Amino acid sequence: MDKKILLRHLDVPNINQLEVYRQHDGFKAFEKVISSMKPAEVTAEVKSSGLRGRGGAGFPTGIKWNFLPNDSWPHYVVANADESEPGTFKDRELMESNPFQFLEGLMLASFAVQANLSYIYLRGEFWEIAHDLDQKIQDLEDVGLLGENILGSGYSLHLRTHLGAGAYICGEETALLESLEGKMGQPRLRPPFPAVEGLYGKPTLINNVETLANLPPILLNGADWYRGFGTEQSPGVKIFSLSGCINKPGNYELPLGVTYGELINTYGGGVPEGRTLKAVMSAGASSDIVVVDQYCLDTPLAYETCMDRLGAPLGSASVIVIDDSVNIAWLVAKTVNFFKHESCGKCTPCREGTFWMNSITSRMMRNEASAADIDLLKNVALQMQGKCLCALGEFSTMAVVTGIDRFRSDFEKHVRS
Amino acid sequence: MNKLLKKYPNEIEKILSRYPADQTRSAVMPLLFLAQREEGFVPSDTLADIAEITGISETDITSVLGFYTLFHEQPGGRYYIQICTDLPCALRGSEEYLETLCQKLGVKEGETTADGLFTVEAVKCLAACHRAPMFQLQGDGEIKYYEDQSVEKTLAVIEALREKAKQEAANG
Ligand SMILES: Cc1cc2nc3c(=O)[nH]c(=O)nc-3n(C[C@H](O)[C@H](O)[C@H](O)COP(=O)(O)O)c2cc1C
Ligand code: SF4
Ligand code: FES
Repeated sequence: MDKKILLRHLDVPNINQLEVYRQHDGFKAFEKVISSMKPAEVTAEVKSSGLRGRGGAGFPTGIKWNFLPNDSWPHYVVANADESEPGTFKDRELMESNPFQFLEGLMLASFAVQANLSYIYLRGEFWEIAHDLDQKIQDLEDVGLLGENILGSGYSLHLRTHLGAGAYICGEETALLESLEGKMGQPRLRPPFPAVEGLYGKPTLINNVETLANLPPILLNGADWYRGFGTEQSPGVKIFSLSGCINKPGNYELPLGVTYGELINTYGGGVPEGRTLKAVMSAGASSDIVVVDQYCLDTPLAYETCMDRLGAPLGSASVIVIDDSVNIAWLVAKTVNFFKHESCGKCTPCREGTFWMNSITSRMMRNEASAADIDLLKNVALQMQGKCLCALGEFSTMAVVTGIDRFRSDFEKHVRS
Repeated sequence: MNKLLKKYPNEIEKILSRYPADQTRSAVMPLLFLAQREEGFVPSDTLADIAEITGISETDITSVLGFYTLFHEQPGGRYYIQICTDLPCALRGSEEYLETLCQKLGVKEGETTADGLFTVEAVKCLAACHRAPMFQLQGDGEIKYYEDQSVEKTLAVIEALREKAKQEAANG
């Protein structure tokens, strides 16, 4: 692709400065929208663009916006900038290098649902980014793009950052809301859904940073233009975070539908010299472990194709590449330890299940496990499935089950026969 | 007497102004960060101060304090060197990096250097997987990222901070 749509700092130096961003179409979409469009028209345009949420679940963005009831006020918008899935580092690059496009996107979403106060929930580790965004929000207030009666439109909007303090679960939207309300980050029972009863019990829209960054170009150039990229069911561009055993790790903005092979070999430069590709995980630590063969390499990275062909959701498109030097039992021990550490402890299957899986994999890593422990590990994972309060519990079992099913001999190397 | 409020009146007012007037509870986490700024941990007597400012119970604040890993309840090093050893970073050598660094500093993971300045910890993914090995430095009320590290580079950072601490001590 000639020009980047999201990672525009790669084409335009200093686009993180307000002046430069404005010289390159910055805030044109927002100015157009607040002066000439109705909120419902904005939502309709986003709906027909086919944009799907980039936070992992791929839920259609415009449809989600429609869930907020119009008889309950105020409405809030919360940008999910918690970005804590192992292997994911795209929202951070957007906020650091093209921050105004993200802020403009948040402003557009806020207008669409008529929120007058919106929050950016950042993981606590993004302390520097939060301070930078605070400054940029001030810049926008100074030029009248934020605040009361923006540019005489009658619409008022204030943005605020809020820092978390180290807890992966706060990326889950209801745990995030709890945390923003000053509580422990533990998921809420649903229903009610946040769109109906969210922040402070009010209708709340939660969107990922990358989802929001897509909005200015969509509203400036139109839904049809956006549909010119990507696939029928997954329109547009996506930022793929490549990490692990790869020559050129980093973020790559590409149309949805690019194949695994192109991403890994053409863009990522393949695995280190002398090694061969063994497996991939496309949704960070929450992924199935997918065996790399030609069929996998030919699979287009889009929401529908990853599911249909590989049975593994695209998720946040944070692709962890694994080569033949890696033992999958070790890898699974890593993911299990992550989830054991991050389980919020609210429900028993996840709290106990991640604890037991972690003790079994730890035993394996000390080479003190027996052959029966392999099946025991898998059984604990299967017992958890379908019983956890939020998706974290389920996520913790993905690598375990697929790892054992597909790479059993790697586990056998870690047990006494 | 509310010591926290007395010490940071303007900042606390600013924090409270970020949330709707009837939602002061949202200020709990920013206030805990504030309480932690000076000593690197949340002194237990500030909990009552935060309770008074936000109007929620001390018990509730204690549970929030305990839930999040960036809050410290006990004194540790002035600086936390938090090295990511999660899966993607581990695939790029971060576990070996942590081990060598610990050896050079004469500590085990989780321990604090003899001069009380540095606590070295292994942590989960910090959204910097493409620039491993990496660590975040938490201390003096700030959090900063140091990426594409080698043991030598990190030791240079540590030396500079030791030098800074020495200067401060000399200047009283
Ligand atoms: C355990 C867990 C962690 C999550 N972490 C994040 C995250 O860090 N960032 C994010 O945007 N969404 C995360 N999500 C998804 C959010 O719950 C939510 O679906 C998303 O923010 C919605 O935004 P979108 O529709 O724009 O994708 C997580 C979900 C779960 C279950
Ligand atoms: S599944 Fe795990 S993370 Fe989710 S609510 Fe239950 S204990 Fe908490
Ligand atoms: S795994 Fe270390 S920063 Fe992501």
